[in-house]
Parts: sequence; structure tokens; C-alpha cells
Amino acid sequence: MNVLQINNVTKRFGNLVAVRDVSLNVARGELCAIIGPNGAGKTTFFNLISGYFPPTSGTISFDGQDITRLATHERVRRGMARTFQITEIFPELNVFENVRIAAEVAGGYRLRPWINRAEAAKIHRHVEDTLKLVALETKTNRLVGELSHGDQRAAEIAMALSLKPHLLLLDEPTAGMGDQETYQITQLIRRLHRDSNYTIVLIEHDMRVVFHLADRICVLDQGKMLAQGTPKEIAANEAVQAAYLGTAA
Amino acid sequence: MKAEHTRKLIVLAAIWVALLLAPYWMAPLGGYTALATRVLVLGLAAMSLNFLLGFTGVLSFGHAAYFGLGAYGAGLTLKFLALSTPLALVAGMLLGGLCGAILGLLIVRRRGVYFAMVTIAFGQVFYYIAFQWSSLTGGDDGLRGFSRQPIDLGAFKLDILSSANSFYYFVLFCFALAVGVMGFILRSPFGRTMIAIRENERRSRFLGIPVERHIWIAFTLSCFFMGFAGALYALVNNFADPRGLHYSQSGDFVMMAVMGGMRSFWGPLLGATVFVVLQDYLSSVTVNWMSFVGLLFVLVVLFFPRGLLGFFQRSKA
Repeated sequence: MNVLQINNVTKRFGNLVAVRDVSLNVARGELCAIIGPNGAGKTTFFNLISGYFPPTSGTISFDGQDITRLATHERVRRGMARTFQITEIFPELNVFENVRIAAEVAGGYRLRPWINRAEAAKIHRHVEDTLKLVALETKTNRLVGELSHGDQRAAEIAMALSLKPHLLLLDEPTAGMGDQETYQITQLIRRLHRDSNYTIVLIEHDMRVVFHLADRICVLDQGKMLAQGTPKEIAANEAVQAAYLGTAA
Repeated sequence: MKAEHTRKLIVLAAIWVALLLAPYWMAPLGGYTALATRVLVLGLAAMSLNFLLGFTGVLSFGHAAYFGLGAYGAGLTLKFLALSTPLALVAGMLLGGLCGAILGLLIVRRRGVYFAMVTIAFGQVFYYIAFQWSSLTGGDDGLRGFSRQPIDLGAFKLDILSSANSFYYFVLFCFALAVGVMGFILRSPFGRTMIAIRENERRSRFLGIPVERHIWIAFTLSCFFMGFAGALYALVNNFADPRGLHYSQSGDFVMMAVMGGMRSFWGPLLGATVFVVLQDYLSSVTVNWMSFVGLLFVLVVLFFPRGLLGFFQRSKA
């Protein structure tokens, strides 16, 4: 069954058509990578999926239900979590506090003016387990704003994971990272996909990462879906090569 | 971590001991009990504003409106409805809080300078109502003709009208109650969502927090606390003044919070202490006392951007 079903979505900003008539289905447990040259509309497409703004036309379904006009927080409540190209964290809180906020919201405690010991202990365990998964368990008391870029990204992923999502959207998870950090994040995403069976859609520029991780690759160019297929099919696709390398005149 | 916890407990104990013994140590230093009472009430108002400003990251420049409404609510209750101090306090708190809740619905979608401007605008509406509706509010002369009433505790009566010390301890009790509730909320899951919104609104939204609804709740709670402080202020002076609703009064509260340290829970109390004590001392020396307070404010903002308490905490850390 498809977790995410996007039908003919278009987004216009005045005269500019940022996303044009794009359709995409993502099956449960699949890792789908979205690639494309700069300005292809990848992040706009992500913003449409996560509800940052509504599409001009087209529909988006999540877990079989239409969410096209649903607010961001409602989509999150239904199981959609997202990270950003520029890491979005709570820099002045420590690693544990960052993830605890996410865990408490996901646990339905966000409006509670108190929390009892048993509930707090449950949240505590959940946060510790999540931090272990992203290998941050030794840095729980560190301020997130003071961590390395790679660790900040791992903390952001931990926050997304503690929402217990059915769908994880990762916007350029290795952007601005060195080789070592890129390797660590790639391994982390691989574990989440292969071992924990998360459904993941990611935008990525680093082709080594994309071809290493993806079950399926979608190529956007100038707002349109240029091609979809397995990594092998995409590597052999002439239209994709032309979009990336340009065509000889 | 344990040392940090112990240090916090010691500071907390020191604050409460200083507050409990204020009538005894203030007199030898040239102060007087009524000054300590004013510090408590204005400190509570600054802390109420800071509940929103420092912990949700939203700047209201019209919070004096809810402070003033609290004062009028208490004054009008004592004058026209019932000679009961507790009832007056509850009425003041409800008037400030409910008006805040209703206006908050219209305000919470705005951010930054627009939020501040809209809060000023609504605040000024209440100011002009209080100013113009002379038959009810006393207009420019303020609301007079009421006084706080002794508290009947069954076995004995607490004479808060003529005994400055009794009134101080009564206000301290109310202060402790309000501050206790504030602290309790800030340590709760809801309080943590407020801090999340302050730290990163976009991330909060993508964690599933309906940001506007949470800001509205924080705004409303802050207005309830503000109304309570305003009601106490009416009891301090046996008087409610339209200037208590004016945006310049809101500016004073912002100044107290920023000067003391808006990222710390107790900072605004320190800011209010400095403000009120300086006002009391300097205004007996010069009519231009505000210039000196303003100068101090500028110095604090330039050299201690985290406020006085923030600076002390950082130098110890």
C-alpha cells in the first residue's frame, strides 16, 4: 500500500511555476530519492508534501487520506516528520531536551500542565533509545547549538524519529558535510531504512549517497518530473544525463 | 549536574529568605515596608510579562492594559460590589485574563513588530475607555473611594489595611502562589512547548505543535497573572489609575524584564527591584529620575545583553 500518493500537483508563485503537474507514489518501507539540478523545485515539492504551503492544484494523500489542505502540525500528528536543508533545532537546549520535546508532543502531552513519574520515565526511556539509534547517547547533556554539523543533523533526525513517523522526509541530509560526516549520516539513513524499515523520501545532491541508498530515484527538472526508476535505470537515462550535463548543441 | 542543582537550590532559598525578611532588613538600609510591597507587585507584573516574552519569545508592548484592567476590576469590586479583598483579587484577575483571552485570539497570528504594535493598539483602547468613562472609572483622576479590607480567617482577622507588615506578608503570599503556578507550568510539557516556540518556531510547527494555539494559551495565562498583579496594585494604593493601562507603563514592564534578564525566571523581579528602588530614591532627588533609569537600561542592554541576573549566572558558570 502507498504511504504517500501525490497526484498532478502544481505550485505557482505569480508567473513562476515552481512545481508543474508532478505525481509520485511512495510505497511503505520504500526509500525514494528526489534529485535534480539547482532550482528544479525539489524543496518546493517537499514543502508541498509537508504542508508548509498548499498546492495551486492537485491532491496529496497520506495513509489513504486526503491531506492536501491540512495544516503542518496535523500532518505531523498523522505520522509525517521532516528535516531541513539548514538544520532546524533548538540550539540553546541540550540534546536530551531537544528530543524530549518531540517525544512529549508525539505522546500527546503537549497541553499537559504536569507529567507524572511513570509518564516521565517512559518518555525518558524513549528519548534514550532514540538517541542510541542516532549514536548521540554520549552527548545528551551537550547544547545542540555547540555540536558539530553532523551531530546537529543527527539530533534533528532523532527529533523526527521520536515522532514515530510513518514517513520521514529528509531535505539534503548531507548538505555542507565533510566526507566522514556524510558517511556517518548515510550509514544512519541506511540503518533506519534497512533495519528499522522506515519509509523515507529524501532530497540529495551527493550522487554517491543517492545511488548507495535509494530503492527508487525521481528526477525533477524545471519543476517537472523528468524520470523515475531504479538507480540503474536513472543512470542509463539520456534525458537525465542531458539535464545534469547539458546537451551538445 | 549535582553541583549545579545544589547551587540553584541555594539561590532559591536565598531569594525566599530575603523576601521573607524584607521588612526587617529594608528599614536599616533606608527603605520601608511599603517599598518592598511595591517591588513584589511590580516584580510579579514583570514576571507575568516575561512568562510570554522570555519563555515564548513573543513581545507584547501592551501588557499594562491587563495590569490596569486587573486594578480596575479589583477597585470596582471593592467600591460597588462587595467589601471583600479575595473577591476583588479574583475579579481583577478574571477581568485582565478574560480580556487577554479574547484579544489574544485576534493577535496571535501576528509576529514580531506587528504583534507588538497590535498589542499597543488594543492596550490604548482600554486606556482611553478608562480615561473617558469618568462616571465609572473616575476618568483622569483615577478610581478612588475604595480600600483593601481586612482578611477574615475565622479565628482571627488579618489587618492588612493599617499594618504595613501584615499587608506585605499577604502580598508575599499572593506573589508566592502566582510565581509557584508560573514555575509549575514552565516545568511542564506545555511549558516546554513554549520554550520550543521561543527557540525555533518552524521546528516546533514541524514537531506537531499548533504554534498559534500555544501562543494564545501562553498569552492568556500571562494576562491572568498580569490581572492578578494589577489587582494587588490597586490594593497597594487603594487607587486605580488610567496611566496604569498606558503603553508607557507597558514599556516600564518590558524594561524591568529586559534589565533583570528575560531568559531567567527571577530576572524580572531583580529588574523590578532595581527600577522601583531607583525610582523611589531618584525621584526624591530629581524630577528627571527616568533619564537615569533609562541610562542604566542602555548600559545593561549594551554590556549585559542577558540582563543583570543573566550576567551573574554566566560569570558563575
